[in-house]
Amino acid sequence: MPATSVVLQARGLTKSFVGHTVLEDVDLELRAGEVLGLVGENGAGKSTLMKILAGVHSPDSGTVELNGEAVSFSHPVQAQQAGISTVFQEFNLLPERSVAENIYLGREPRRLGLVDVGQMHRDTEELLTGLGVTGLRPGQRVRSLSVAEQQIVEIAKAVSYDARIISMDEPTAALAEHEVELLYGIIGTLTARGVAILYVSHRLKEIFRLCDTITVLKDGRQVTTQPASSLDDAELVRLMVGRSISSFFPDPVEGTVVGEPALELRDAGNGYVDGVDLTLRAGEVVGIAGLQGSGRTELFEGIFGVRPFTRGTMSIAGTQVRPRSPRAAIRAGLAMVTEDRKATGLALNQTILDNALGVVRAVFPRRTAQARRDVPGLLSSLEVSARATDQEVQFLSGGNQQKVVLARWLTTEPRVVLMDEPTRGIDVGAKHSIYELMRSLAADGVAVLMVSSELPEVIGMSDRILVMRDGRLAGELPAGSSEETVLQLATGVTVAPTTTTPAPTDAPTEEVAR
Amino acid sequence: MRSRLQPLTSTGIVVAVLVLSLVVGAILTAVEGRNFLSSGNIDAVLTGCSILGLIAIGQTLVILVGSLDLSVPFVVSLTSVVAAGQMAGEPANVVPAVLLALGIAAVIGLANGLVVSFLKVHGFIATLGMGLIISGYLGSNYQGSHGLAPRSFRLIDATQIGPVPLTFLIMLGCALLAIVMLRRTRLGHHLYAVGGSPEVARLSGIRTSVPVIAAHVLCSVLAAVAGLLLLSRLSVGSPTIGSQGDYDLMSIAAVVLGGTLLAGGKGNIVGTLAGVAIFAVLDNVMGVMQVNPFLKDVIRGLVIVAAVAVYAGREIDRRPARFDRPTGLDAVLQETK
Amino acid sequence: MSTPVTTSTPAPARTAIPAHQRGLGGRLLAAVLTPGGAVFVLAAVLLVATIQANPNFGDPGVIMLFLGRTAPIAIAAIGQYYVIVSGEFDLSMGAVIGTQVVLAGNMIGEDPDKVVPVTVLMLLVGAAVGFANGVLTTLLKVPSFIVTLGMMLALGGLVSYLTGGAATGNPVDEFREIGRGRFENVPVLEFLPYPLIILVVLAIAATLLMRRPFGRNLLAVGDNPESAERSGTSVWWLKTRAFMISSLAASVSGILLVGYAGVHPSVGDGYEFTAITAVVLGGVLLGGGRGWVLSAAAGAIALELLFTLLTVKEVESTWRDTVQGVIIIVAVAVAARGWQAGRRPRGSARRAPSTRIPTTPTPGTTNGDN
Repeated sequence: MPATSVVLQARGLTKSFVGHTVLEDVDLELRAGEVLGLVGENGAGKSTLMKILAGVHSPDSGTVELNGEAVSFSHPVQAQQAGISTVFQEFNLLPERSVAENIYLGREPRRLGLVDVGQMHRDTEELLTGLGVTGLRPGQRVRSLSVAEQQIVEIAKAVSYDARIISMDEPTAALAEHEVELLYGIIGTLTARGVAILYVSHRLKEIFRLCDTITVLKDGRQVTTQPASSLDDAELVRLMVGRSISSFFPDPVEGTVVGEPALELRDAGNGYVDGVDLTLRAGEVVGIAGLQGSGRTELFEGIFGVRPFTRGTMSIAGTQVRPRSPRAAIRAGLAMVTEDRKATGLALNQTILDNALGVVRAVFPRRTAQARRDVPGLLSSLEVSARATDQEVQFLSGGNQQKVVLARWLTTEPRVVLMDEPTRGIDVGAKHSIYELMRSLAADGVAVLMVSSELPEVIGMSDRILVMRDGRLAGELPAGSSEETVLQLATGVTVAPTTTTPAPTDAPTEEVAR
Repeated sequence: MRSRLQPLTSTGIVVAVLVLSLVVGAILTAVEGRNFLSSGNIDAVLTGCSILGLIAIGQTLVILVGSLDLSVPFVVSLTSVVAAGQMAGEPANVVPAVLLALGIAAVIGLANGLVVSFLKVHGFIATLGMGLIISGYLGSNYQGSHGLAPRSFRLIDATQIGPVPLTFLIMLGCALLAIVMLRRTRLGHHLYAVGGSPEVARLSGIRTSVPVIAAHVLCSVLAAVAGLLLLSRLSVGSPTIGSQGDYDLMSIAAVVLGGTLLAGGKGNIVGTLAGVAIFAVLDNVMGVMQVNPFLKDVIRGLVIVAAVAVYAGREIDRRPARFDRPTGLDAVLQETK
Repeated sequence: MSTPVTTSTPAPARTAIPAHQRGLGGRLLAAVLTPGGAVFVLAAVLLVATIQANPNFGDPGVIMLFLGRTAPIAIAAIGQYYVIVSGEFDLSMGAVIGTQVVLAGNMIGEDPDKVVPVTVLMLLVGAAVGFANGVLTTLLKVPSFIVTLGMMLALGGLVSYLTGGAATGNPVDEFREIGRGRFENVPVLEFLPYPLIILVVLAIAATLLMRRPFGRNLLAVGDNPESAERSGTSVWWLKTRAFMISSLAASVSGILLVGYAGVHPSVGDGYEFTAITAVVLGGVLLGGGRGWVLSAAAGAIALELLFTLLTVKEVESTWRDTVQGVIIIVAVAVAARGWQAGRRPRGSARRAPSTRIPTTPTPGTTNGDN
């Protein structure tokens, strides 16, 4: 490896949001032509760190030096102009505009005062060729591109700023296997040019394939920074996780009985998931693990009728159903706590009471009066802290908002509760009450199916763990499996050790051959 | 999917509809024993396009940037009476009158743009309010026709170059300028960006208020040009000429008919012109066939809803599927986007 | 099945969350601070100002006359409220009013026996128009702005075509009485105009409806359609019913207007924009999800009071439009900010850390169900 120079040096970066420290005293060193892998669990502070470098957030303390000069950004554009570009997970592209127009937005080349479209297209062509990309025309509308191609446009845009540093947040999350290779190629081209890359990913295989150095974050702190060659899969996973979790997760309530199947899927599939066989019994809490983009949410959306299954069968409590809409799913006894409570869970301008009654009013209006009487008790048993039930939910903390989401589903008295990232972005206390709620639901004979990106949560709460990969169920693991095992099955790094024990289901316990 | 075949765009569909309506129009006209392509009839169609065309061009800009302009009919009326009053029949006054009219319009557009971009009032309300304000002023200060355009100014309307009226060429000129602006200036590119996603535009370092204000100013100025052309045609200013023409709603309808997204960020001038032309052909054919003028409105209303329904169904979010092959229909729709 | 949580969680003596943040007085005060409450204060101030400028206006009879005259626009505003609060627009109101007036004029004629059947027919026509608006908006996904604009052109054109654009027919006085009749010899008030009674009844019904699941769901859909859909709301049917209510309200306005104005197809022209102005003045958020139905009615009354005040002050009536224009801009600019101020819990200066990015709503330009 050639002698490389440090292009970016960050020292002692600390950031907290409303009293909650998300990043504490983190150092970072990026060298020209190197890829630095940034790994850690969800909530470890990776995104915050990236956003500080990108100029989205400014750190509470700590310094960032670019080529030896201290810099501080108050707007993403400043960071870009200084040579730091960021490719975020959500695309910042205009679907109705062309590839070239997106790349040069705000910096369109001009001649005689007019935008020189020819030049713009030539520049784009050159840029893409330079990255080794073929088959993408500068004039193509972004809407017509695949996700991978859009990702490439994002990267090309970042490169076009003459970036010396490019950070990428889970760039392969939405990509298929063969598309990932394309990305690797681009990263190789960039590093050969002396660009430094900050690479955030959950996929260990990628990290080892691409990165020269790896920084591990945990709970906002830096665990270690080491050359990739001195680490291996198992060691890395151990560094990322390794905390005592047993005490934090409540045990099943005594007397909880695992009963008849509440939800059964046979070879179910839609555009996003395929061949899903799954049996969920009353009284069970089953967790689904998997990487971003592995189809976890889409599986829930299939069950819940948002993107109905087009293949296979589904039954609830033994009755065959195929909900074509959430309304039908709710009538059949399902409930779904969605991933993003603000976008799809709550009506923020309405009161707590109105939100808590939202589903009952929409689907079972005749039960509104009864539900209205139940809500206060429900809210206090969920330990919602609010001034009054006529307070608008937008003024509640994230944890309390999430409890209101749960309340609105519990008022329907569902048989099966689907929870998509039920504890995302909420404080520890609220997390704990949600865990207790899941246990008590199970004790009452409700079946709980949970998707979570937080491995300790999946492992700590699940009676069984299902692992998804690339839109299919990759396998099933017993309660208390190690994080390593789950990660390995989710990433497909090595064949999962056969630690599975027969569970009361005939779901496949070994990876489905593809 | 990435075939070398140029996919059929929304504009393509609009133009196809226009051609269809021309053909049907010609046939229906022929049935009535008249020649659709006679120079007199072409003149009538083109003239019919000019005024609404100018306003619709401005409306396109405003809608592209994510706003609306309901104040155009009143700007049309205001410029017609102000210019007519200023001209007062004197040829020497033409230039100052035109400048005054355009200047007033620009100020109105500026006010609209400022209210929309800085007070965060949606364009619908901001311009509805502005329209009412102007309407009150007009109603209070002008009763009936006002002022007089000198003969030299009236010539604008009377002049023809071959079979093509000068007013149509003026409209076409403005359209060309607008097209160049949209395709070849940063302002134009940023207009699309702000209309498509203010957030993405901001992240790319664009000051989002600039395109919004510019679009509103241009829209009002184009409405003023339309008002001046109407003055040239009628020779006197009229405080109600704009509202009689329903130019606010008809221009929005023409823009949407032309394939521009009402929420902004997608569309173009050519589509709008085709939309205007569809209305003009429709009007003309119904005129030749002596359709009751009130029934014309019925047909217009049906055409608008039907046309927009055709585009609207296709604006669905399309997360690329991993397992389903797109059906033939999906593929076709994808192509035509 | 009992509520799952309460059964298995042994109930420690937790204090239940109170139903209200403040006492009744505090709630009223807080409500007044929102645009939806402020419009009542505005109406009261305007009333006092008008009476001061012209003491005759303080006479109960004059006020009753005023309210009777204002009833049609207030009823239209109530109807428009349902559509706006669900995040849509109804521009077809004026055309519906014109249609109803012409229907009444031509079908009832001089035959008192036809009053009831034709009125029923008129309401059916109103419901059908609203149904069409709703279905085209939600199922065909055409923006409601365009759908109702098309409906306005088509319906308006059809009516003018059938009548030749001129006033035709003249319904019997029994029918006209609905709009201009009154109960005489009412204590204190002197008399009660029928339109006012209809307005009060409809306002009460509207208020009750907004407390029903339908009303709450409508607010939720206007606030966050995505969340509503996931909660099992049948968004298309909900919005379609809102459009039907709007058209029915316009129909009632039309019936009342027959008493005042003649049977001219253009009698409803511009009513949609006046109704939208009234709703907006009532602090209802364009784009949906916020606002009270009574505030919409109060907005209509405040608007008419303002016009009356201008007349009393001998401002030429032609300036009415200008005043209306200024008001509508100011009201919307203030409302967007005002709701936040009035609804914030006491003593908390900042919003919770997790709030959504403020967005400018683009009402009526969205499709029905997204």
